[in-house]
Amino acid sequence: MHIADALLSPAVGGAMWAATAGVAAYSIKKVKEDIDQKKIPLMGVMGAFIFAAQMINFSIPGTGSSGHLGGGLMLAILLGPYAGFLTMASILTIQALFFADGGLLALGSNIFNLGLFTCFLVYPLIYKKIIGKEFSAKRIMIASIVAAVVGLQLGAFGVVLETLFSGKTELPFGTFVLLMQPIHLAIGIVEGLVTAAVISFVWKARPEILEKASLNQPLGNLSLKKVMIGLAAVSVFTGAVLSWFASSHPDGLEWSMFKTSGSEELESTDPTHEKLAAVREKTAFLPDYGFKAAEGEPANEAAKEKWPAINVGTSVSGLVGGSMTLLLAAFMGFLVRALGKPQKRAEQ
Amino acid sequence: MSNIVNAIYNIRQFDELAHRDSFIHQLHPLAKLLATLVYTVLLVSYDKYATIALLPFVFFPVFVAAAAKIPAGPLLKRLLYIEPMIVGIGLLNPLFDHGTTTVLGYAVSSGWLIFISIVLKGSLAVASALLLIATTGMNGIALSLRKMKVPKIFVLQLMLTYRYISVLSEEAARTMQAYALRAFNPKGLKREVWGPLLGQILLRTIDRAQRVYDAMCLRGFTGEYNTGKASRPGLGDLLYVMSWGTFFVASRAVNLPLWLGNLLTGAAK
Repeated sequence: MHIADALLSPAVGGAMWAATAGVAAYSIKKVKEDIDQKKIPLMGVMGAFIFAAQMINFSIPGTGSSGHLGGGLMLAILLGPYAGFLTMASILTIQALFFADGGLLALGSNIFNLGLFTCFLVYPLIYKKIIGKEFSAKRIMIASIVAAVVGLQLGAFGVVLETLFSGKTELPFGTFVLLMQPIHLAIGIVEGLVTAAVISFVWKARPEILEKASLNQPLGNLSLKKVMIGLAAVSVFTGAVLSWFASSHPDGLEWSMFKTSGSEELESTDPTHEKLAAVREKTAFLPDYGFKAAEGEPANEAAKEKWPAINVGTSVSGLVGGSMTLLLAAFMGFLVRALGKPQKRAEQ
Repeated sequence: MSNIVNAIYNIRQFDELAHRDSFIHQLHPLAKLLATLVYTVLLVSYDKYATIALLPFVFFPVFVAAAAKIPAGPLLKRLLYIEPMIVGIGLLNPLFDHGTTTVLGYAVSSGWLIFISIVLKGSLAVASALLLIATTGMNGIALSLRKMKVPKIFVLQLMLTYRYISVLSEEAARTMQAYALRAFNPKGLKREVWGPLLGQILLRTIDRAQRVYDAMCLRGFTGEYNTGKASRPGLGDLLYVMSWGTFFVASRAVNLPLWLGNLLTGAAK
């Protein structure tokens, strides 16, 4: 489920990095609070355990195929959400470096998709709620399966959204969702069964390990609020990117961006316009295509290059105004998303 | 099971590559990390149809691999390993996008153009990340993370995870071998043994963590983990990052291959 660098745009990759770094910083703060020196070696060795466990294949009942563990949920159960998240982050970092799973830019997204949903949403809101105050084999089974399935569905949906907002492929949203969600449903069930089997075994063999882990992290309202703020920040970024995509397609802004960034620009014969465009390109950060703020500019370039050539000078101002409107619309989308999304999350 | 053994082998192989000596290896880890990050961000910032314009970005991995004397074999093998995922997603584009666009005056399928662009970007990003670890090593990465003010707890935790991966993978590999010898089952662990088998490894892991912690305390562990020599980045490191940065930005701003092509063919410019 690792998302690759090639599918991400710097804006989405950067936003996910920022969100992940925020959650990680908060987790570090929380782990420091229960300053148990022992916990760090335990986290390290547990990380290595999940890393090794991911390489063991489990038969997927009735299919003849096999799959492996993700581990985020199990880490949250055994170490608590904060230490679990940090441990998952270190596993994914090592995988990105040594096995090229994902990539450096995609690392933020991968930690988010595989770590945040399991440790901060599914574990406290589903797993702990179902387990309740007392462990029992049945509760462990139900809680693990439901939590693993939901966690993986959210993670897979995260991959879909991040790819979509990056705009690096032409996959239609619906088709991509239909490809991603069912396959991760199967994987989620197996992950849940494996997690349940292991946790039940540990509960029978060494119950004190689980009890200690579940007592270690009181998850009050405060911590959830912080996570919601993190999610809101992400929605802000993704919302902004989304509205830009939604609004840029119909009027062919993207088409003109291709014209300016691709080979076509050299056909322009007017030296002044060419120079202007060159200066623009050099001063703009990530020229042509990149962060949202720069989106208006390629349109201007297109205007400078193309409109004067067919003598429709006034269209330049029309295009500038149009881009401004688009930017405002994007800003609107960003506000609406920022206000709307956290509440939706809370309902889940 | 064989993939556990493979994984241990691969990690060790890259670790050994990081112990070689070359101009690249001697650079400060932070310089290499920064150069790779700038590279990745600018690489993926190209629009989805970019193909020819991407090509100057091939220079970086080729230069680093050559200067650091990293053998192409292991690198390409790792690259091939990850390629199916990139190709898999990329390949869906020609199916959904039937449009055409013009490249250098020719009409081409835009779906295939996106496919090529994705494969190029993916391979280059992966190659640069692999080269980073092959020339810097995990200690170097940890050192540069500390320089970048990443909290100590995370770096420590990353290093410990890394240290114990081979130990625990070997343990998992032994357990799996024992399982394979007793129960002939080529398609993964049977459902009945999921809990006991992984649970056993887990319990051993937790006990091991206890012993590791005791041993660390006996050797004076106080929450600090020293990650190799704390050298400072020098002028050479600065020049390295700056010159690559300039090159990346220049390639990003100007379509260098096209410019070169025009120069060579004498086309109007």
